[in-house]
Amino acid sequence: MNQGDTNAIEAALRLKEAAGDCEVVLVSMGPDDAINSLRKGLAMGADRATLVSDTGAAGSDIVGTTNVLAAVLTHETPDLILFGQQSADSDGAVLWAAVADRLRQPVISQATSLDLSEGKATVKRQTEYGYDVIEAPLPCVIAVSDGINEPRYPSLKGIMGAKKKPQAIVTLESLGVGAEQAGTAGSRTEVKSLNDPPARGDSQLIEGDGEAAARVLAFLNEKKLT
Amino acid sequence: MSGFELTEEQREIVAAVRDFVDRDVVPHASDFEHADEFPTQMVETMRDMGLFGTTIPEEYGGLGLGLDTYAMIIMELSRGWVTLSGILNGSFIAAWMIRLHGTDEQRQKFLPQLASCEIRAAFSMTEPHAGSDVQSILMTAERDGDEYVLNGQKMWVTNGWRSGLIMLLAKTDPTTDPPHKGMTGFIVEKEPETNPDGLTIPMPGLKKLGYKGVESTELVFDDFRTPASSILGGEAGIGNGFQYFMSGIEAGRVNVAARGAGLAEAALNDSLQYAQEREAFGKPIGHHQAVQLMLAKMATRAEAARLLTLQAAQKKQAGGRADLEAGMAKYFATEAAQENSTDALRIHGGYGYSLEYRPERYYRDAPLLMIGEGSNEIQQLIIARRLLERHKV
Ligand SMILES: Cc1cc2nc3c(=O)[nH]c(=O)nc-3n(C[C@H](O)[C@H](O)[C@H](O)COP(=O)(O)OP(=O)(O)OC[C@H]3O[C@@H](n4cnc5c(N)ncnc54)[C@H](O)[C@@H]3O)c2cc1C
Repeated sequence: MNQGDTNAIEAALRLKEAAGDCEVVLVSMGPDDAINSLRKGLAMGADRATLVSDTGAAGSDIVGTTNVLAAVLTHETPDLILFGQQSADSDGAVLWAAVADRLRQPVISQATSLDLSEGKATVKRQTEYGYDVIEAPLPCVIAVSDGINEPRYPSLKGIMGAKKKPQAIVTLESLGVGAEQAGTAGSRTEVKSLNDPPARGDSQLIEGDGEAAARVLAFLNEKKLT
Repeated sequence: MSGFELTEEQREIVAAVRDFVDRDVVPHASDFEHADEFPTQMVETMRDMGLFGTTIPEEYGGLGLGLDTYAMIIMELSRGWVTLSGILNGSFIAAWMIRLHGTDEQRQKFLPQLASCEIRAAFSMTEPHAGSDVQSILMTAERDGDEYVLNGQKMWVTNGWRSGLIMLLAKTDPTTDPPHKGMTGFIVEKEPETNPDGLTIPMPGLKKLGYKGVESTELVFDDFRTPASSILGGEAGIGNGFQYFMSGIEAGRVNVAARGAGLAEAALNDSLQYAQEREAFGKPIGHHQAVQLMLAKMATRAEAARLLTLQAAQKKQAGGRADLEAGMAKYFATEAAQENSTDALRIHGGYGYSLEYRPERYYRDAPLLMIGEGSNEIQQLIIARRLLERHKV
């Protein structure tokens, strides 16, 4: 499971522990064995999991994935949708925005703290210079940063109990997602090629020959960085 | 390897413990060890994960998992820091003995407390003059009405200060021949981190080469009173203490074997990494044949240690006698730990000798494993005796 997702699950579990009467549901799209990853979340304490697994969903780009996830979420009607900030594979950090747009819900990203009260979410969003404090009415979509919490380890009891928790594997058809909306057919992008990032520009090594500080200063002045 | 395929549940449990060890233990263990500081936070996480209840039956609030799963957990913990397995082990042995030899009442009372880690336990057999030769202990327990009065000195009691319960072996009848027939086990309750009336626990504990962070203490009993109900196994347990403690230590042996296997693996992993990073004579040292020979031996020892340990755990778990298997596992795995930590030191060169790298800690922790829970010389005697019995001509 993505590290970022464990932060989102931890945030959800804490909200549940504080609020009591609610349910934490894990939602994912992937091949059948992705249920094993979801089970880790169940072992941490989530109540149930829904995995969309369908050959018709293979090869989905962000558009296809968003169609599928939005369909599950429309079906579930949660009060709050939590995402990890980004996935571990492509470090995309866009899916939450796309899902929120598809659901026409407000979205807040980089949440380093999260409070729910009186039907709204109050979030501290980490920025380059500090924090923004943002409120949004529920339901809404929030992507949590890795600084929001320290995810718990699943307990042995949680691991042993996870298998017995409801785990639904659903198809596109059962969600009412048409074949043209998911998989390669539902995708709007095509990966033409993947390349390494370009080499860095010229670097300059300044040795400590007594003049180094002056040369560093001259360089910074030249770049207007002083 | 067919007998040792992990079940899905075991794989998930091991993965969770591994995650904890990689994230919270490995980066900090040497700092705690050098400062000889008790790892409170790590123990709390172990408690929250439910590790203290691993082998305790579910009806007493534990998880009812087998000794093999426990051994896998101990291997992972020891890969990070052997001391953590020592902290767990006192409670593990106590629960094991109470479950098998305790009265119903004792099981009802203590097993849930041990499973939840509300209290932790120590195991106390050794005395200043008697380690391997358990039958020559001198500690006495004299009956006085509904109580027993304990007198004598215990040595090397790991978890002695912070425990709330001590499994204690004493002589209720000093006149028997052989002496073990006069020995009885007690479940001594005490307030953690205090010196109760009649019991002095000198702190800081004994100074050690390694295995730091957890205290190993003396216990000085001077007319300490414990109720007769604290006899392990009740009245029927009188005179059976030696046998109960030997069965406890046999389970403990599997646990020490697992520590050895974990430590052997840690030394191997660090060496595999370093051998690819460090260069000498124009190539990574892992490309020099002399280093490869060490890596190959280390990996073979680590794997064999793991398999012998799991085999012993399964045999012991199945019930019946497992002293041969436990002895072999304990002997081999702990020697493997010692040899691998020495090789890790060699492979790390000067940095192996530095406190900045982990091999020096492995090198100091490994010897205890060869001594504790029955020295490796004693293990070899047990193995040989058992073989001669089995193959009598
Ligand atoms: C850090 C640490 C923690 C410990 N924790 C505990 C604990 O929690 N509880 C507890 O009860 N004990 C504990 N011990 C004690 C440990 O179990 C003993 O040290 C061990 O059993 C060896 O006993 P000894 O030290 O008296 O050595 P001895 O028994 O004096 O042995 C000395 C040497 O003689 C050899 N030897 C002895 N008898 C024979 C024989 N018959 N044949 C061949 N060789 C023989 C031994 O192998 C060893 O090499 C701990 C020890 C240490 C160092």
